[in-house]
Amino acid sequence: MSDGSTPDAVAELVDVRRVYQMGTTTVPALDGVSHTFRRGEYWSIMGSSGSGKSTLLNILGCVDRPTGGEYKVGGRGVSTLTDDELSELRGASLGFVFQSYNLIPQLNVLENILVPVMYRDEWPDWAEERARTLAERVGLAGRLDHRPPELSGGQQQRVAIARALINDPSILLADEATGNLDSRTADEILEIFDELHAEGKTILLVTHESDVGERAERILRLKDGRIDAIVENR
Amino acid sequence: MVVRSPFLRTVRLGISSLLLHKLRSFLTTLGVLFGVASVIAMLAVGEGASEQAQEQIRQLGSQNVILRSVKPPEDQQSNQETRVLAYGLTDDDRARARLTFPGVRDVVPVMIIPEEVRHEDRMCRPRVLCTEPDYLSATGRVLQSGRFLSELDEQLEEPVCVLSFEVGRYLFPYESPIGRRVRVGSEYFEVVGILLPRVPIGQIPIDSGAEVSGDMMIPLASGRRMFGTTQVKMRSGSRDITEVDLHEMIINVERAVDVPMIADAARTMLDREHREKDWEVVVPLELLLRAEETKRIFNIVLGSIAGISLLVGGIGIMNVMLATVTERTREIGIRRALGAKRRHIVIQFLVETVVLSGFGGFAGVALGLAIPAVVEATAGMPTIVTPQAPTLAFLISVGIGVVFGLYPAWRAAHMDPVEALRHE
Ligand SMILES: Nc1ncnc2c1ncn2[C@@H]1O[C@H](COP(=O)(O)OP(=O)(O)O)[C@@H](O)[C@H]1O
Ligand SMILES: [Mg+2]
Repeated sequence: MSDGSTPDAVAELVDVRRVYQMGTTTVPALDGVSHTFRRGEYWSIMGSSGSGKSTLLNILGCVDRPTGGEYKVGGRGVSTLTDDELSELRGASLGFVFQSYNLIPQLNVLENILVPVMYRDEWPDWAEERARTLAERVGLAGRLDHRPPELSGGQQQRVAIARALINDPSILLADEATGNLDSRTADEILEIFDELHAEGKTILLVTHESDVGERAERILRLKDGRIDAIVENR
Repeated sequence: MVVRSPFLRTVRLGISSLLLHKLRSFLTTLGVLFGVASVIAMLAVGEGASEQAQEQIRQLGSQNVILRSVKPPEDQQSNQETRVLAYGLTDDDRARARLTFPGVRDVVPVMIIPEEVRHEDRMCRPRVLCTEPDYLSATGRVLQSGRFLSELDEQLEEPVCVLSFEVGRYLFPYESPIGRRVRVGSEYFEVVGILLPRVPIGQIPIDSGAEVSGDMMIPLASGRRMFGTTQVKMRSGSRDITEVDLHEMIINVERAVDVPMIADAARTMLDREHREKDWEVVVPLELLLRAEETKRIFNIVLGSIAGISLLVGGIGIMNVMLATVTERTREIGIRRALGAKRRHIVIQFLVETVVLSGFGGFAGVALGLAIPAVVEATAGMPTIVTPQAPTLAFLISVGIGVVFGLYPAWRAAHMDPVEALRHE
C-alpha cells in the first residue's frame, strides 16, 4: 500500500483519476482509484455499466493516461513517458483482448498473431515459430492462412488471445472478452485464461457478468469510478 | 510465409489493403495515370515536331544567309493577253554581295527551272537547280557517287547534271544512273553524280511519279543557255511571262557569329537596290533560335499543364486516402494498442499512397509510351521519347504520393488510440 513498490507489483494505481470533458461539464470516470496488481494474479474487474471498468482497463493498458494520480507499470510511471515509449510499453509488456476481437481483416491468422512483433525494432528469429505454437495452443493450428471473416467469433477471439501473448507480455488485459460469445464458446475462452493463469500469467479481466467474474481469483468491484469492494473467490 | 523485411511487409500490407477495394483504388490512380500519360505523349509529339523543324532549318545551313526572289503582289489586274513581269534577285545583286560583304566564303547563285525530268517512260518533277560548284560545300550536301558540277562544266556550258538520291532511284530503279542521260524539258543531260540522301535511306518514303521529292543540279551557265531567264506560263487564255535572274542566292559566311551582320547588310543592300519588295532574306540561324525559343515556351506551357493535371491527380488521391483513414480508424486504434508508434502508422499510410500514385505513374508511363508509337504508326508524325521524360514523370508521381499522402497519414497517426478503438 505504501509508496515503496512491492517487489512483485506489476501494475500500481495511486489515486488514479480520469475525467472526461464534455463541453462545459466534466465527467469523472475514475475518481481516485488506488490498487496494486501483483505478478501471477488473476483479477476480474466488475461493476455495472458506466462504472469505469473500461476506462480503468485502458489506463492499465497504457492506451489512455490518468488525468490525476499516478500509474506505474513494471515500476515506471506512465505520466513521464513519451508517446513512443508508451507504444513500446504496450507492445512489449501488455497484451490486449477486446470484446469485438479487433482482428485486422486484410491479414490472415498467422499475420494477425504477428502484428505486435512487427512493431518491435527488430524481427526476432523465434517470432514465426512462436506464433505457430500459440496458434496450436489456442486450437487454431489448421487455420493459419484463413482471414478473420472466415472464422467464427470464438475462433477470432482465440486468434486475439494468441496475438496478445506473442510478445510474452507481463499483463494480459481483456475487456468483456466473452461478451460477444455464446456461453459454451465463452467457457472455452475462459478455460484458456484459466490455463494461462495456472502457468503464472497476470490476467486482468473486465466483465459485468458475475459467472465470468467468479472464475478469477479475486474480484475488484467498481462503482461510480471508485473501488467499491475487493472479493476473494474460493 | 511471413515477409521479414519491414519495408517489404509494409508494401505488401499496403497492396493487400488497396486490393480490398480494387475498383476504388484503380479509379483513384486514374488522375495520375492520365496526367503522366498525356505529358509523356505530348512531349514526344512536340519533341518530334520540333526536331523535324530544326532538322529542316539545319539543312538550310546555319552558316548561310539565303536571299530569295519573291513575286511582288500584282497591284493592277490587267487583262492583257501577255504580261511580262521581271522581278527578284539579279546578277548585279550577286556581284555586289560578293564584293562588298566581309567574311563571306561564297555566294552561290540558284536559278530554278520548272521543267519535268524524264528517263524513258519515267517522269518526275524535282526542283531543277541551275547552280555553281560551290553549291555542294555551301549546303553541306555530300556526294554518294560520281562527281559534282565543276568549273569546267560551267565554262563549257556542259549538259551534265547531278541527281539527288531519290530522283536517281526513281528514274533508274534497276541500274546506276551515272553516265546515263535524262531529259529536262527538251534538253538532254548526262548524269555525272548522285548525292547522298539527307536522312538515312530506310526513312525515305518510296513514292511514285510526280510525288518524288528531291532535286537535280545543272551548271548555271548551261541552264541559262538552254532555258534562258524567261519563263512562260500559259494561264486560261493569257500568257504570263516572268523574268527572274536568280531565284536564290546562298551566302555562305565564314564564321557563324557574322551571320546576323551579313543578314542585315543583305537586307540593307536589297532595300536600297530594289524598288519593290521582290526579295526576302532567310536566316536559318535566326529560324533555329526562334524554333528553340518556341520549343522552350511549349515546354513551359506543357510543364504547367502537367503540373496542374498531376496536382489534380494528387488531390484525388489525398481525398481517397482521407476517406480510407477515417474508414480504418478502428484498425489504427488496434495497431496503436498493439504497440505501433506514430511513425509506423505514418509509414503504413504513406506507403499505401505511394503505391497508388506509383502504380498510376507506372501505368501512365506505359500508356504514354504507347500513344506516340500509335501516333507515329497511324498519322506518320515523327515522335521522340527522351529517356528523361518517363523517368521524371514516374519519379514525380511517386513524389506526389509522398506529398499528398503526408497529411492523411499524419491524421491517422495522431488519432487518440482510445477514441480510435471506440470507433465503429
Ligand atoms: N470518451 C468519453 N467521453 C466522455 N465520457 C466518457 C468517455 N468514455 C467513457 N465516458 C464516461 O465515463 C464513464 C465510465 O465509462 P466506461 O469506463 O466505458 O464504463 P464501463 O466500461 O464500466 O461501462 C461513463 O459515465 C462514460 O459515459
Ligand atoms: Mg466497458
